[in-house]
Amino acid sequence: MKMGYYPGCSISGSSREYGESLLAVLRALDVELAEVEDWNCCGASAAHNLNHTLSLALPARSLALAEQQGFQELLVPCAACFSRLAATRKALMADDAKRRQIADLVELPMKNIPVSINLLQLLQRVLPENLKEKLRAPFDYKVACYYGCLLVRPAEVVEFDREEDPEEMDRIMEKIGAAPLDWAFKTECCGAGFSVPRTDVVGRLCARILDDAVSRGAEAVIVACPMCHSNLDMRRQASESHSGKKYTIPILYVTQAIGLALGLDAKQLGLQRHIVPVRLSAGKSSQILENAPA
Amino acid sequence: MSTAQTHSAQNLTLADCLLQETGVDIRRCYQCGKCSAGCPMAAEMDYPSSVWMRMLQTGRPDLEKAVLKSQSIWLCLSCESCYVRCPMEIDIPRVADFLRAASKRRGLVHPRARNILRFHTAFLDSIRYTGRLYEMGMVVDYKVRSRKWWQDLLTAPGLFLRGKLNLLPHRVKHPKAMRKLFKWAAEDKEARI
Repeated sequence: MKMGYYPGCSISGSSREYGESLLAVLRALDVELAEVEDWNCCGASAAHNLNHTLSLALPARSLALAEQQGFQELLVPCAACFSRLAATRKALMADDAKRRQIADLVELPMKNIPVSINLLQLLQRVLPENLKEKLRAPFDYKVACYYGCLLVRPAEVVEFDREEDPEEMDRIMEKIGAAPLDWAFKTECCGAGFSVPRTDVVGRLCARILDDAVSRGAEAVIVACPMCHSNLDMRRQASESHSGKKYTIPILYVTQAIGLALGLDAKQLGLQRHIVPVRLSAGKSSQILENAPA
Repeated sequence: MSTAQTHSAQNLTLADCLLQETGVDIRRCYQCGKCSAGCPMAAEMDYPSSVWMRMLQTGRPDLEKAVLKSQSIWLCLSCESCYVRCPMEIDIPRVADFLRAASKRRGLVHPRARNILRFHTAFLDSIRYTGRLYEMGMVVDYKVRSRKWWQDLLTAPGLFLRGKLNLLPHRVKHPKAMRKLFKWAAEDKEARI
């Protein structure tokens, strides 16, 4: 059976390279996805900041549609959407009255709410044991795996990895030949939804993250969340004006790093869409980047 | 304000209402300070989380009002660090959600936090009408609300050239369903405390 796919709004807009690289890599690994038809926005932090009921109602509609379309599991690559969908399922499983109210509103049964999984959970399952043999250009760089907040917190909602020192992304990076570093900011917040109303906060928080990654010799920061990516990449200037330093370290989605290692085309992985140019110095992957069509 | 009167007439403190509505019991807090120590925003807060927890524990109306008027509750990023570290497992981000709704309802939003509220409002308005976030529409809406006309004007062309900016919104097929959900949520009890 195909796995359900809830792309979320960022992947359909400002973070489309995450979706592009994810689809390219999963295609190469023979994993089929089917997008949930007519999904809607999960409400992100705006909904739970202002109205708790709305923060459940919005994800619930998408979950109800996914159930109706026959999905038992949904891939939710955005960490924020993943957290909202998982939290909603948990809340509705514990509150029968609310579940029935929402089911009436959306006119769908909501009996077997599908389980949401994040991208790292899916990769954990589908990356073959002998992946190293299949790599065309091992991603032999020192990387700082940045998990951010909502992939790993709180454990009771996400049911994934360790809250304080997660390891799953590091393991995936090892599988493609990278050297994940031990660093201090794996799960420190990037400023998330403050990107627009308080860009200064994002600058302060991201500068700390970049400083630590760079000082430990990382050549790239690897992420699995559109918010983390846009704050560290698109908002690079905010970090630089906060610290007065220049940072050139690129931010790659986990799927872009895997894609490069599998020998996929850089453009297909959306690397040209980054604000901070992806220039990786040594290693085989750099050849791929240089040979890529502009 | 009518709800404030109900709340005092029933002799309920804000902490009581919080417990009733969310099930989160802040009386459990014993002031270890771990939440504030690990909070990425504590340095910018007028009262860090452990302090506003104590203020609410007293049940004093003046301190409750000070919490609802604080910038802190709007600066919380819901990163969940405090929650996973709290030895008493108090869901502090959930408390912050509750306090924001109450602060907005009673018109006590800190002047320096208004842009954060405007952003959330612009975000939700975008979903109300199209079902999916229309990033450009939301940013324009935010600019109108906050009068920050010049912010990010130089970022936009770069995003457009990189194919990151949709000029038109993606709409769900059943916008009526969205409006129904918003209407139902408007009756949310917490937003009325």
